[in-house]
Amino acid sequence: MRAAGGAVGQAGAREGEAMTEQEKVVTRREVLRGLWRGAGLLGLAGLGGWLGARGRRQRLVWQIDPYKCTWCGKCATHCVLEPSAVKCVHAYAMCGYCKLCTGYYVPEPLALDTAAENQLCPTGAIRRTFVEDPYYEYGIDEALCIGCGKCGKGCTTFGNGSLFLQVRHDRCRNCNECAIAAACPSFAFVRAPAEEPYLLKTRFRAG
Amino acid sequence: MKQLHRVIVIAAALGVLTGPAEGAERFPPPDFEGGHQLPTTTTPLPRATALEYVDVAVLAGALALAAYLALRRRSRRGLFILTLFSLAYFGFWRRGCICSVGSVQNVALALFEPGYVLPASVLAFFVLPLAFALAFGRVFCAGVCPLGAIQDVVLVRPIQLPAWLEHALGLAPYAYLGLAVLLAATDVMFPICQYDPFVAFFRRSGEETLLVLGASFLVISLFVGRPYCRFLCPYGVLLRLASLVSWRRVTITPAECIRCRLCEQACPFGAIRAATGPAPRAPGRGDKVRLGLLLAAVPAALVLGGWLVSRLGGPLTRTEMVNLAAEEAVRAGRQSARITSGTAQPGDKQPVQTGDAGAVLRSRLQGGMWVLGGFVGLVIMGKLISLSVYRSRPDYEAERGHCMACGRCYATCPIELKRRSDRRRADPERGTRVP
Repeated sequence: MRAAGGAVGQAGAREGEAMTEQEKVVTRREVLRGLWRGAGLLGLAGLGGWLGARGRRQRLVWQIDPYKCTWCGKCATHCVLEPSAVKCVHAYAMCGYCKLCTGYYVPEPLALDTAAENQLCPTGAIRRTFVEDPYYEYGIDEALCIGCGKCGKGCTTFGNGSLFLQVRHDRCRNCNECAIAAACPSFAFVRAPAEEPYLLKTRFRAG
Repeated sequence: MKQLHRVIVIAAALGVLTGPAEGAERFPPPDFEGGHQLPTTTTPLPRATALEYVDVAVLAGALALAAYLALRRRSRRGLFILTLFSLAYFGFWRRGCICSVGSVQNVALALFEPGYVLPASVLAFFVLPLAFALAFGRVFCAGVCPLGAIQDVVLVRPIQLPAWLEHALGLAPYAYLGLAVLLAATDVMFPICQYDPFVAFFRRSGEETLLVLGASFLVISLFVGRPYCRFLCPYGVLLRLASLVSWRRVTITPAECIRCRLCEQACPFGAIRAATGPAPRAPGRGDKVRLGLLLAAVPAALVLGGWLVSRLGGPLTRTEMVNLAAEEAVRAGRQSARITSGTAQPGDKQPVQTGDAGAVLRSRLQGGMWVLGGFVGLVIMGKLISLSVYRSRPDYEAERGHCMACGRCYATCPIELKRRSDRRRADPERGTRVP
């Protein structure tokens, strides 16, 4: 291509033919350019058609398989969002409504009250409300939850496991590559269909 | 004591009997006497799929508008306003995701990994700007890309870089593109997204290192025009190649160039090439020998580049990141898993094969390193060859590949200024609204 420049140089030295020669060379460049452009367009169309035809399946989003999660705490630290898009959720139907909740209280709490020093949650995101003796209900204040999973660990290790982590899709950016998934030590991050984006625990499966 | 034993036995029997039906709750959920209603677990849905197509429509509209403003209206002001819009929409509203720059990785993964489903909107974000570049040049860079926009709006005191630095740094995007395609195609990581310097600003949250990186890029952008676009952007490589053969292009002057040199310093991105004058220089014998030697050296550069990079790649295949990806691949019994792992439901047992998928991943990476090195060698040789041949250029012009169609040079051209004043005079109603 650049050798053509040399040809122009030689031709240009001779004044008379210079113009016609140059025009011819420019035309050749234009033709080559057109050919490359056509090839590029064809390639793009082919790529788009091929991948497009293959890609017409359900849209997937990130989710945590709660039965694989080990509450390592990376959901709180590795999400690109601050605070994380991962939050604790509560499957109320699984909950024992315990007075001494091991997801709510630190081991050996000083008293079974709502004092901060007794709570496991570092941000106080679990709301404890009295229902009837001796049952208490535990709800999550998502604005405060940072997704550290401490409550899930306590609840699953000593209790029914009704508290667990889920990617909240009102917050998740559905990144190309989920930063938490890349760091998750137990490979608990999976892709779930966008129409059914949650993998909730149920009473009918232990774990 | 005996009674307690009986209680335990009965309780255990009950536990066994009810176990399969009710799971294994340590503390059975209570039956409330007061008729307390259990709250439901909320499940907020992700953004609707239809809205993704809105993004695609906005992209197509912005591209068409950018082409019109850059080539037909020749309006820098219009392009600047479009830039602000794109920064607001694709940047701060959509928070930098979805973006064409990152879509390269999805396309690479989809090409090499049949199990990966490429979303249609991502495909559109990859194809549309390239198609526009084939037709009109890099209009995507001019006013649509949010990464370019955030650098462009802070460019207050542009300086010209020395040509050698410009050429040398200009090779980096090719290497980055090659590396990103390799890592994405093997499903190890998406480096373009992970090290995107500006997405932390768009999301208004991110790691400290990324914020510092982004801030340093912005500080450099005050003086050096669009450093990320020129010296790193991997998608810019594809746009550059496409706009080399574009159908229409930016011309500094609307009519004929009078070689007044007024536009020489107008481009903050070093894309304006000086005219060589009407009488081209004849190539000497030395030029021909040099070109011949360079052409002959191309195969050697391919092999040498491949060998060098494959040596450098050894440590990469032993990093934690690759280990993790390989571990996942082994566990899932397939070549890649993190991104492609399908719609696993709780209870699904992943098939664990004995075949060492991790070793496959490592050997793929090692092979990819050879290709990457060869590609980088080829690019370097191509650069040297293009630098060593003389090209006659009768007029001052914006170099096709490097011009980002920002429109800054238009107002420096006296012919253009005359055209504008003529138009104003012919149509005084429009007044100063004429670009």
